[in-house]
Amino acid sequence: MTNLKPLTIAVTGLNAIDSPGPGVAVARGLKEAKSFDANIIGLSYESLEPGIYLHDLFAKSYQIPYPTTGTETLLERIKYIHSVENIDVIIPNFDAELYSFMKLEKELNKLGIKLFLPEINQFEERQKINLPKFGKDYNIKVPHSKALYDAGEIYSLHDEFSYPLLVKGKYYDAYVAHTPQQATTFFHKISSKWGLPIIIQQFVKGNEYNVTGLGDGKGNMIAAVPMRKQYITDKGKAWGGITITDENIIELTRHFLKSTSWRGPFELELMKDPEGDYYLLEINPRMPAWIYLAVGVGQNIPEAIVNLALDQAVEPFESYQTSKMFIRYSWDMVLDIAEFQQISTFGEL
Amino acid sequence: MRIKSNIAISDSGFLLNPATGESFSLNPMGVAILKMVKDGKSLEEMTQEISQDFDVSLSILERDIEDFKGTLTQYGILENSKND
Repeated sequence: MTNLKPLTIAVTGLNAIDSPGPGVAVARGLKEAKSFDANIIGLSYESLEPGIYLHDLFAKSYQIPYPTTGTETLLERIKYIHSVENIDVIIPNFDAELYSFMKLEKELNKLGIKLFLPEINQFEERQKINLPKFGKDYNIKVPHSKALYDAGEIYSLHDEFSYPLLVKGKYYDAYVAHTPQQATTFFHKISSKWGLPIIIQQFVKGNEYNVTGLGDGKGNMIAAVPMRKQYITDKGKAWGGITITDENIIELTRHFLKSTSWRGPFELELMKDPEGDYYLLEINPRMPAWIYLAVGVGQNIPEAIVNLALDQAVEPFESYQTSKMFIRYSWDMVLDIAEFQQISTFGEL
Repeated sequence: MRIKSNIAISDSGFLLNPATGESFSLNPMGVAILKMVKDGKSLEEMTQEISQDFDVSLSILERDIEDFKGTLTQYGILENSKND
């Protein structure tokens, strides 16, 4: 038994697959929260998202409609789930669904459901397509990039870009192209999956670092944990990493938060060139899949998000354990077909 | 040359740069050379000491030690000291 206040928190991103969503890691952080007792509800898009079947973490899971079906459908579904579960806070974890939740924030607040997300203008200005302007506006170095809507434009890039260059999707996927032919192939590969535009970005040679953190929306840094990926899959995902001590990264993060008054969690993807300068490659407006590393080294960001969403005072984290590693593994669960049938047929388990 | 102050070195020759998360494993000779750097020994002292145990010409040894120090510098483990 615990005397902590019980809270019902709904979490998305239960796809703990080869390119994992953060949901399972977020749930682990919430379970370890010291300021409340989390009853965690999973929100899934597909029946085979592994988190659905992790009953120690997720008390119950519900399927929700894809963002493409519109916010009205999503709101109706959440109203139903809320009528059963009485949700206090929702933590969305997918880039592609964030816009819907941001649009619904006021409606959800009226129902008594709280969120702690970036504002729509913050979300928009950090989009990959807007990154050059973002860098200019906030005095942050970003690699030169350009949005393309037609693969034919690739052959006229030689004045602006040299090879290799990066070909990136609006939300996901990135490939290094060494020739215009390769760039064209990647353009079609990504656009067929994620649509247009395709972003062409200058390739910055160096080492990649990531920092995850949390801004309070008033320019303050609540949390920041920098990490270097040690083991990267062919999809570019970190399956191993180590926390590092780098005051320059923390300062850059502080500058980013102060300049933008960022509200909510984020992940900055940075490249350090051989001269030691940092380039901002991407701003992900959510927690990364490796968020449990931040929890494990002393900054429980999921817990802080819930408290900020509920207007509770949250003191900024002042330190984290450095040189701590995470190593991710996959785990085969054996379960009865009845569970799969339940979530597939009724949309809840 | 000196070892950067933030570099962690274990007796087994495992090096960690906490600022970058990079780690390296040295063989026993690498550990011995790094220890001599740490003790502030000159290139001449280092070559003299190592050549007592190994059948190698001083010029080759000098070049190898300089190469090794160059690699360590490139990886951010060594830096120039005021005396350099």
